[in-house]
Amino acid sequence: MKIQKNKLNIIKSIFFVLLLTPLIRLIILGINDALGANPIETVERSTGYWALFYLLLSLSITPLRLTVKISWPIHIRRMIGLYSFFYGCFHAVTYFWLDHWFDWQEILNDIFKHPYVLVGFLSLLLLIPLAITSTNKMMKAMGRWWKRLHYLVYLIAVLSILHFLWLVKKDITEPALFAIIFALLISIRVFHKRIRLNATNDYHR
Amino acid sequence: MKINNSEIIPVSEITPYETYMGRRDFIKAASAALMAAPFLSFNSEVSAATNASLLGYTKSPYGADEKLTSYNEVTNYNNYYEFGTSKSDPALESKGLVTHPWTVSIEGAVKKNKQINLDDLLKLAPLEERIYRMRCVEGWSMVIPWIGIPMSKLIQWAEPTSNAKFIEFVSLADQSQMPGVRTNILDWPYTEGLRMDEAMHPLTIIAVGLYGKLLPNQNGAPLRLVVPWKYGFKNAKSIVKIRFVESMPKTSWMKAGPKEYGFYANVNPMVDHPRWTQSTERRIGGGLFTPRIKTKLFNGYAEQVAHMYAGMDLVKNF
Ligand code: HEM
Repeated sequence: MKIQKNKLNIIKSIFFVLLLTPLIRLIILGINDALGANPIETVERSTGYWALFYLLLSLSITPLRLTVKISWPIHIRRMIGLYSFFYGCFHAVTYFWLDHWFDWQEILNDIFKHPYVLVGFLSLLLLIPLAITSTNKMMKAMGRWWKRLHYLVYLIAVLSILHFLWLVKKDITEPALFAIIFALLISIRVFHKRIRLNATNDYHR
Repeated sequence: MKINNSEIIPVSEITPYETYMGRRDFIKAASAALMAAPFLSFNSEVSAATNASLLGYTKSPYGADEKLTSYNEVTNYNNYYEFGTSKSDPALESKGLVTHPWTVSIEGAVKKNKQINLDDLLKLAPLEERIYRMRCVEGWSMVIPWIGIPMSKLIQWAEPTSNAKFIEFVSLADQSQMPGVRTNILDWPYTEGLRMDEAMHPLTIIAVGLYGKLLPNQNGAPLRLVVPWKYGFKNAKSIVKIRFVESMPKTSWMKAGPKEYGFYANVNPMVDHPRWTQSTERRIGGGLFTPRIKTKLFNGYAEQVAHMYAGMDLVKNF
């Protein structure tokens, strides 16, 4: 299904606002002093949650096409990925600033002593090159290396899920749910790749 | 019968007791409170008790000079896994918990196993207010004005034998009233433990109220342990059984994460939890821009309690 350019712009605008709502919600709650008893924790958790959510959302675009044959979301994949990076940055800034007031000694200690912080930190670091190379220009300039670089997203997803899994105290329901969704998305891709390899004619690009 | 907040009897409306009141007076005043509210018949003491104000208690010398955490925050940001794992679950899910009548069984290394009901337990000693810091292992803290009696008074009443070296506290685990107990998040019932000298320490109390009111359900009604120099999870809530034992009991959290939660769980900024640094804490009540504060050894009660751990390796005995 092809869609027209002006329709696409409308879709993009809608999603631009939609994906921003978790942040708008936090701002409204903040203004109304309604972030709960531990507002810093609320912001830290919410931004981390949405960073991971969007990361998995960006990874579900291709499986969506492969399974239910909906292909237009490919046009908003980059936006979703960048939003994941944006929320991840917001999350990290909350951590560095509001949570630890740039106490670098304590922050470094926290990062290197606690595996969950380390993997979160690594996943944000790895997101940086992906965000930088997300422009059309970069995509062209890098050729096949672009795709290779962007395979990093799978590693980032694994690290982020581990980050979540290792930070919860006892109730692992939420991170487990993310892990299951991730596993599902991967299996859809693998399954279809198999079919594609087995097929005599090379359909889809 | 459910009574909502608007029916709470404000202390000020009933009696202007400010000073020390004896045990008997407390009972009298409590009955007066019930009388003063005609809609509470005496058999519905149950719910009346959960909402009525506690009336007589002494101000004790134990009081942190810190700013109190607001009642709203103390009662809406709780870890009480029997009612769910999120901080807001306990306040929502514990509303129906029946806390009256309530009996506590005393078992194990005691002259004779016995039971004590809440009303008799309250007669063991005059109620005292204790303003304590509470430090959660997750890195946040509060300042709470508890009301209770010294744990030592209950221990004296229990008459432990010389075999009693430790005490195990067992919380209620009632699937019909506690949705969290239907999950296997922890090994129910919740159990905690103290060494005998820790339990006898004058700072250790059985709390039955806070902020001048009877203990809200989400804070462990009708009675809970408060040991202010240890991480919050040591403070067993809604206690139904107290067992005197010879060897160190295995607590629920020790079973859940032996590398993460030790028996002693003394607040110690130098000993990190595998997942959280313990050198600082966030005091609940601050805003987005309130920085953390430094955590103190034994939560600031070192002067009173450090001698109990003299010569002990606090890293090994975390
Ligand atoms: C510098 C990098 C990062 C640091 C220092 C960091 C640190 C943290 C901290 C301190 C928490 C809260 C733990 C708690 O409240 O107990 C947290 C939660 C979380 N973080 Fe990160 N993080 C980083 C990067 C990321 C990234 C890149 C993602 C995802 C793409 C992410 C996803 C999450 C999630 C999902 C949570 C849990 C949210 C919840 O409880 O609902 N983090 N992180």
